[in-house]
Amino acid sequence: MSQPVRTPTDLTSAVAGGVGESPQRPDGNLKVRGEFAYSSDLWHEDMIWGATLRSPHPHARITGVDLTEALKVPGVHAVLTHADVPGANACGVEQRDQPVLAVDVVRYQGEPVALVGADHPETARRAMERIVVDYEVLEPVVDAEAAARGECAPLHASGNVVRHVPVRRGDQSATAEVVVTGRYEVGMQDQAFLGPESGLAVPAEDGGVDLYVATQWLHVDQDQVASALGLPLEKVRLALSGVGGAFGGREDLSMQVHACMLALHTRKPVKMVYNREESFYGHVHRHPAVLHYEHGADRDGKLVYVRAKIYLDGGAYASSTAAVVANAATLGIGPYDVDNVTVDCWGVYTNNPPCGAMRGFGAVQAGFAYESQMDRLAGVLGLDPVEVRLRNAVREGSTMPTGQVIDSAAPVAELLELVRDRPLPAATGGELDLRQMPGGVSNTTHGEGVVRGVGYAVGIKNICFSEGHDDYSTARVRLEVVGGEAAALVQTAACEVGQGLVTVVQQIVRTELGVQRVSVLPMDTSIGNAGSSSASRQTYVTGGAVKSACAAVRARVLELYSRQTGTGPAEVGRLGAELRGGKLVSSHDVLADLADVLGGDAVDETAEWRHRPTEPIDPETGQGNAHVQFGFAAHRAVVDVDVELGLVKVVALDCAQDVGRALNPQAVLGQIQGGSAQGLGLAVMEEIRTKDGKVRNPSFTDYLIPTVLDVPPMGVDVLERADPHAPYGLRGVGEPPTISSTPAIVAAIRAATGLPLTRVPVRPEHITGT
Amino acid sequence: MRVNVTVNGEARSADDVWEGESLLYVLRERLGLPGAKNACEQGECGSCTVYLDDVPVCACLVAAGQVQDREVRTVEGLADGETLDPVQEAFVQAGAVQCGFCTPGLVVAAHDLLRRSPSPDDPEIREALAGNLCRCTGYEKILDAVRLAAAKRGA
Repeated sequence: MSQPVRTPTDLTSAVAGGVGESPQRPDGNLKVRGEFAYSSDLWHEDMIWGATLRSPHPHARITGVDLTEALKVPGVHAVLTHADVPGANACGVEQRDQPVLAVDVVRYQGEPVALVGADHPETARRAMERIVVDYEVLEPVVDAEAAARGECAPLHASGNVVRHVPVRRGDQSATAEVVVTGRYEVGMQDQAFLGPESGLAVPAEDGGVDLYVATQWLHVDQDQVASALGLPLEKVRLALSGVGGAFGGREDLSMQVHACMLALHTRKPVKMVYNREESFYGHVHRHPAVLHYEHGADRDGKLVYVRAKIYLDGGAYASSTAAVVANAATLGIGPYDVDNVTVDCWGVYTNNPPCGAMRGFGAVQAGFAYESQMDRLAGVLGLDPVEVRLRNAVREGSTMPTGQVIDSAAPVAELLELVRDRPLPAATGGELDLRQMPGGVSNTTHGEGVVRGVGYAVGIKNICFSEGHDDYSTARVRLEVVGGEAAALVQTAACEVGQGLVTVVQQIVRTELGVQRVSVLPMDTSIGNAGSSSASRQTYVTGGAVKSACAAVRARVLELYSRQTGTGPAEVGRLGAELRGGKLVSSHDVLADLADVLGGDAVDETAEWRHRPTEPIDPETGQGNAHVQFGFAAHRAVVDVDVELGLVKVVALDCAQDVGRALNPQAVLGQIQGGSAQGLGLAVMEEIRTKDGKVRNPSFTDYLIPTVLDVPPMGVDVLERADPHAPYGLRGVGEPPTISSTPAIVAAIRAATGLPLTRVPVRPEHITGT
Repeated sequence: MRVNVTVNGEARSADDVWEGESLLYVLRERLGLPGAKNACEQGECGSCTVYLDDVPVCACLVAAGQVQDREVRTVEGLADGETLDPVQEAFVQAGAVQCGFCTPGLVVAAHDLLRRSPSPDDPEIREALAGNLCRCTGYEKILDAVRLAAAKRGA
């Protein structure tokens, strides 16, 4: 079969820029020209279109399926159900508890039931209308707390608790002079990446399939797809197409198996592209949460104990709920030093939409609650909210509630002081500009009823995979002379999802091998696992693998030099030879031109690299060195609130974050500002609203993400306190800013209104009380 | 039906177009121009912004038949061969591109703004780009890019 078009290409860049600089992205020109090949742009001359029939019910028994009329629609090539799944009808990123296509029960609205392959998307839609599915509608389980208490009918054979993590530290019956309690809620946030789930599956002559797709983790997809297709891994080859954002929402499968089933069945290339409504049903969301907290402190505001019960609604299938629960539990009291801790976190099955990974991953939900509690404590004690945090902030050497000692920089106090000491924005006033007002050009106020507030928050996030996970990446680096110049090629399976990993790996190769021209091969499964583009881990882990592969290449180059010159390896070692500027240099001499050393040879090395191991946590006490690294960020938010209409204008949202070492300062700012904006969305705009398990707002008309009018100027202070355990001392950047942004904004709204505001997103009626 | 349309200065035609198809579908799936993006297909995100007779529109909201005998200019038609338009160049330089899915629409919207208003202030830039969603950047670098592009054009 001929090759599809608009598939990924090599990204070559000779733009100078090593580690610590901000060279342009190698895919930037393609992206601004509209020529970058995203997964929804894939095309094949013989392709047909795939579509997915989904359950309209959150919970129902399937009593019959009739495909007869659908198959009669002209232009339809195939209509498939669970009976056509060639292998195991089970998928899931951590536990394979989700059917590829529903068999006799559906557990959420939008669960895939049948597939259609047709010559046009509209033909497929008409055929889907003619599939008759008989449902016996069942009562949906929608209350996560009740599910955790075992009060609901079990949705899976294992019951409704996916995981319970207790954390016990110190005196479990500690008492304190000052006690504050609170119950908090976090709504269901959507990743709302702009590029919809999409891809192209091409049947291969060997009976296998080539799948071009947008994902966060090629190898975990490959495992699940091969298992569902009943094929050996080598017959299921995945290639990463252009990814239009991810934020956790692409860790689970969407159309991967479905497109492959249709392709293998019809022997035609099959393209599948979700529209926005289907995308809301087609990926997991951030767990909504109910969080009960009790903080005990002395009169000086020093915390004596924290007790918390956290309920995370995992929806119909496990996805990554188990890991989200561990994060919420182990990071559940925030970046504070507390001797006595009792935290219990449950993740449960319900018939709500499935929830899993989203940027911040459990730490976001806990962060809203513990930071709200810190403000409450400050209020009761009459302390400044920053001051109460400073008195309890962890630092290097502090012990987490899990017993883990923080063994690298933890400048929490300094981050708080940085945002506190930034100049405040000018008061709204002077010449009226509606665009600066709450309500904007809706012309709802000219300043009357508008009150300003300022709020602070700080957060903690684990970086990389935790709890003993074998977290590694694989990189191949090849060095050879091209056109008289030494040039490098780098290959990984690490997914570029927009964060700029392709830029960073080029920077690392330039720094390590002293060459300018570096090509990044398209990411695919022809090389070993890179792990997921999640947990703020790719620069750390794949960066580590690329650095390690470069070290192996450099060692080979030195061997070549040693052989060519008769200089003994020990002597080469003594010279401290390095590769710089296309040359082999010692500390004070140029030893050779790299191109001359290489000659016609290519040096090609592949390295697998792991960060230092972590440990599982004790299932009874939550104790253990579960995390490899912690990231910290602090925010200060300034808001104007129209207290009569409940409208909020975020005026400023400044952040300070420790990034260990900024490998690419421009990209670091992009991560911090982008993460802050997503936190703003959760604070005042974004929620998937459900009723009886049904999604009420699956569109960008009704699910609002921040526009450029909603996001204020965001000043950023970047600290670089190297972590000696990490490559270049770096600290994962992507997630921490998403955690503290939300509680800082809500704190500012509280400061403006005096309202308790225990739920996010804050809606106008929460402010007006109407 | 057959649709005849001038795209980026070139006369094009598409056959067997179903009447329900959008201009976006015709550009992406029939004319080989996937630059305009399919992020929401309901006119909310601006990712499919193209010029129709020199006016920016969401291509997803224009029925294919409406472009008969009219002129469309897409993001693919902004650069002069290898030379990027100043707006495109500024987006790359300023770090305004992450995943890039919003970029084609924002580039066209910013291009249109700077034609109308060569030196916009920040509130004017924000207003002009308010119909274009970006999920990666928090918009700060996009604002930088438009300021930079204005300076480049003025230079």
